[in-house]
Amino acid sequence: MEIKEKNKLRDFHQAKWDEPIIFELNTEGERGILIPELEREIEKCVGDGISELPENMVRKKPPALPEISQMRVLKHYLRLSQQCLGADFNVDIGQGTCTMKYSPKINDVLASSPKVTKLHPFQDESTVQGALEIMYRLDMFLREISGLSRFSFQPGGGSSAIFAMASIMFAYFQSRGEAEERNEIITTIFSHPSDAAAAAVKGYKVITIYPDEAGLPEAEALRKAVSSRTAGLLITNPEDTGIFNPNIIEFTKVIHDIGGLCGYDQANANGILGITRAKEAGFDFCFFNLHKTFSSPHGCGGPATGALGVTDELVPFLPVPIVDFDDKKYFLNYDLTHTIGKVRGFFGVFPAILRAYSWIMSLGAEGLKEVAQVAVLNNNYILKKIKELKGSSVSFPMTERRIEQVRYSWEKLTKETGVTTEDVTNRMADFGFHLWSSHHPWIVPEPFTIEPTESYSKNELDEYMAGLEKIVEEAYENPEKVKNSPYNSVVHKIDHSTLDDPKKWAITWRMYLKKHRKKS
Amino acid sequence: MRNKKKPSHPYIPNSASETKAKMLKEIGIKDIDELYSDIPQNLRFKGKMNLPDPLLSEYALERHVKGILSQNQTCEENISFLGGGCWFHYVPAICDEINHRSEFLTAYGGEPYEDHGRFQALFEYQSLMAEMVDMDVVNVPTYDWSQAASTSLRMVARITKRNEIIIADTVSPDRLLVIQNYCRPVNTIKMINHSNETGLMDLDDLKSKISSSTAGVYFENPSYLGFVETQGRAISEIAHEMGALSVVGVDPISLGIIVPPSHYGADIVCGDIQPLGIHMNYGGGLGGFIATRDDEKFVMEYPSRLFGITETSVEGEYGFGDVAYERTSFAEREEGKEFIGTCAALWGITAGVYLALMGPKGIQELGKHIIQKSRYAMMKLSEIKGVKAPLFKSHHFKEFVVDFNGTGKTVGEINKALREHQIFGGKDLSKEFPELGNCALYCVTEVHTKEDIDILVQALKNFL
Repeated sequence: MEIKEKNKLRDFHQAKWDEPIIFELNTEGERGILIPELEREIEKCVGDGISELPENMVRKKPPALPEISQMRVLKHYLRLSQQCLGADFNVDIGQGTCTMKYSPKINDVLASSPKVTKLHPFQDESTVQGALEIMYRLDMFLREISGLSRFSFQPGGGSSAIFAMASIMFAYFQSRGEAEERNEIITTIFSHPSDAAAAAVKGYKVITIYPDEAGLPEAEALRKAVSSRTAGLLITNPEDTGIFNPNIIEFTKVIHDIGGLCGYDQANANGILGITRAKEAGFDFCFFNLHKTFSSPHGCGGPATGALGVTDELVPFLPVPIVDFDDKKYFLNYDLTHTIGKVRGFFGVFPAILRAYSWIMSLGAEGLKEVAQVAVLNNNYILKKIKELKGSSVSFPMTERRIEQVRYSWEKLTKETGVTTEDVTNRMADFGFHLWSSHHPWIVPEPFTIEPTESYSKNELDEYMAGLEKIVEEAYENPEKVKNSPYNSVVHKIDHSTLDDPKKWAITWRMYLKKHRKKS
Repeated sequence: MRNKKKPSHPYIPNSASETKAKMLKEIGIKDIDELYSDIPQNLRFKGKMNLPDPLLSEYALERHVKGILSQNQTCEENISFLGGGCWFHYVPAICDEINHRSEFLTAYGGEPYEDHGRFQALFEYQSLMAEMVDMDVVNVPTYDWSQAASTSLRMVARITKRNEIIIADTVSPDRLLVIQNYCRPVNTIKMINHSNETGLMDLDDLKSKISSSTAGVYFENPSYLGFVETQGRAISEIAHEMGALSVVGVDPISLGIIVPPSHYGADIVCGDIQPLGIHMNYGGGLGGFIATRDDEKFVMEYPSRLFGITETSVEGEYGFGDVAYERTSFAEREEGKEFIGTCAALWGITAGVYLALMGPKGIQELGKHIIQKSRYAMMKLSEIKGVKAPLFKSHHFKEFVVDFNGTGKTVGEINKALREHQIFGGKDLSKEFPELGNCALYCVTEVHTKEDIDILVQALKNFL
């Protein structure tokens, strides 16, 4: 029996605690925690410790941290947490390109075990066989999912993995004496900004391909862009529009024909698990975000892992160490002839690696495919609903099908009512939702990107749509209402002008006091 | 048999066949595969991924994963003296309580309205760290100290418009590999020798290598090898005289008792927040900070998010937002400063909790106790025949090099013997610093009791 809901939109108000800045809680003499006592024998033996340091190295005044008792610190941060809308609370489909899915609690429990948290990276291999086994086995899984030969979990996020790919391209051409000539990397405008930015950090000139009317990067533009200077391609597929480039194999062929390498940014992999792989499309590298597709929680923006995969030919260039197995024991292998060195300290974010392993074990091959299919089903369901929504439009409408997300536009709404993407995102907060605009530059005017993933039920998707429908209705009836929002969120419309003014910006409390509290 | 329905997966609500049918109908298609019509057949994966059968019940999954993890031996089950960039400090319960909160754990890129708490917590982290280093600007954390040092060095190269970097040869070798890759091929790196007796930077070597092409000089304090670099002022002055900048990597937990680098001329201070309330996590607990003065020239070179405090339309209400967002790669792609993405924000919030708990007295006392305990360990270790601790005639904080060359045993042999007594001996330095022979890097913190140290000493005495 279907439960009829009168109104899907909630009478929501976010917690508002009016909580002071932590320094304002300072009460002289209070302590938050005490440290282990020093044994008297030690003090007797070595003295006060401070005289161990030369006079010029002793800090005379301790750091001006606030003094706060324990429960008050706890309460402060719990209150702040209530003023933050994680995926566990939200129907978090409005942060397109970021795959806000369910992070299973059992995996957090496992990652919080002392068998994980209390391991030191320099422990002898014989004492960390469990950790190494997890890393080795996850590598094996990702080989199956991508078709590539070997994975490194060292990159601390997607951008770090992109930088590692650019670094490997450089090392590869250096090993062939071509590094100087091959100084260009090609990407597309609907690939993540870091595909361009991280390549530039590696010293590459970046060439960006724009889409044709159908939203596809132009193959002809790529052919014109390649030359003896091309080191390679860094590209997303499906792109941030949600459009899958069916000519991708032509792209990788064009690059390979002139001797370049192809890097696949698979931050958008959630809709294609088990459907199509890096290998079949001809890529030399790919990376998966374990904190996106593979369910490790986003943590307000990390810690995270960009799991980097390569073909056989590029294994010798991977960052060291990789994990190997000699039929008896797992070990760290530093013996890679052309290694780029390292991109992060030690071996990566082990808790994220563990969670991804556990998540794949809970789904298996069929389950991963089900994840992808339902993510795509959910996306096309939302797509159908938004097409019916006044004031909105789908980018590149010529292309009907979308994979796991869609880039939309409020251009029509803005023209007809003056209500912009930013206004709508602010108003969504009043209903307990989050909507993100999109990465710059805004090729699609007044953009927004929705990625429903597999985690939300049809009812929840309908609930989110009810939010958008309500705001559109308001925009046409009373645009000021939307423009002055939010009202039911934690705080009200923010003044951004001070944040871009060097005379006024305040990045820390001490700066704020100096710049804005002088008079009082 | 054929009618036996597979239960829908608990993580995938719309895998329930009734819902699926309803949604397909609404979209106007018969089969989900129609939605993939843009993916050509030659790109389709036709095989079956060779993955283990799934463990569908949570119980089976827990049992399986715990089974694998049970092979690990932890620093809690043993007495560990490992350090070198990841350290065993006590993590207050509240740190875990806060970073386990669903609201923080599962948030990401929300706006400053619905994620006001995330912005405030990270702004407060920046503010608390600023007090530790006594500088005005601190970023939302980057990946780790290695990335923080790498970015600091690229920042000074852009600020000075020079491309040569000078680095003390006693920095962490693991970190140096990251820095070298991050600077290649845009910046060149020169290494500066150290005194074999004290470990301190050889200032004559610095003077001979620094030039008008030098963008910055980088050293760590306390150094990877544990000694405190006491010549910070002189090093910064030599750099400044040449128009270069001074960049110092620091272990922030030392700053309750040791002067922050900003007091001896550092222009950029960087380091790792892992010691501040974050578990080691097999090296997964790292988070990098970068601190500078409030100078537009520096602020505009950060690639990181910088959260700032501002006002709202309601008087007296604090709002937050991104400071100078236009400098980032999110706004400007390859024209932005380096790149930004998901890094280590949750650890930033956690470090803020830690500093708020410790307060000025706690952090000062902690530094004092650590120095006393490590000093005690050095004294006791030196009583063992053939063992010298510390190797360097210098001042130390929590780490020090133990010289085993006089024992006739390798560090590998010694550590193997110690493991039999549930002790993880110090990091073997023989590969990273072969010139030191059989030496190990030991770390002593507040988690070590006198008894722990005495057990180590006794075990060594028995073996050697």
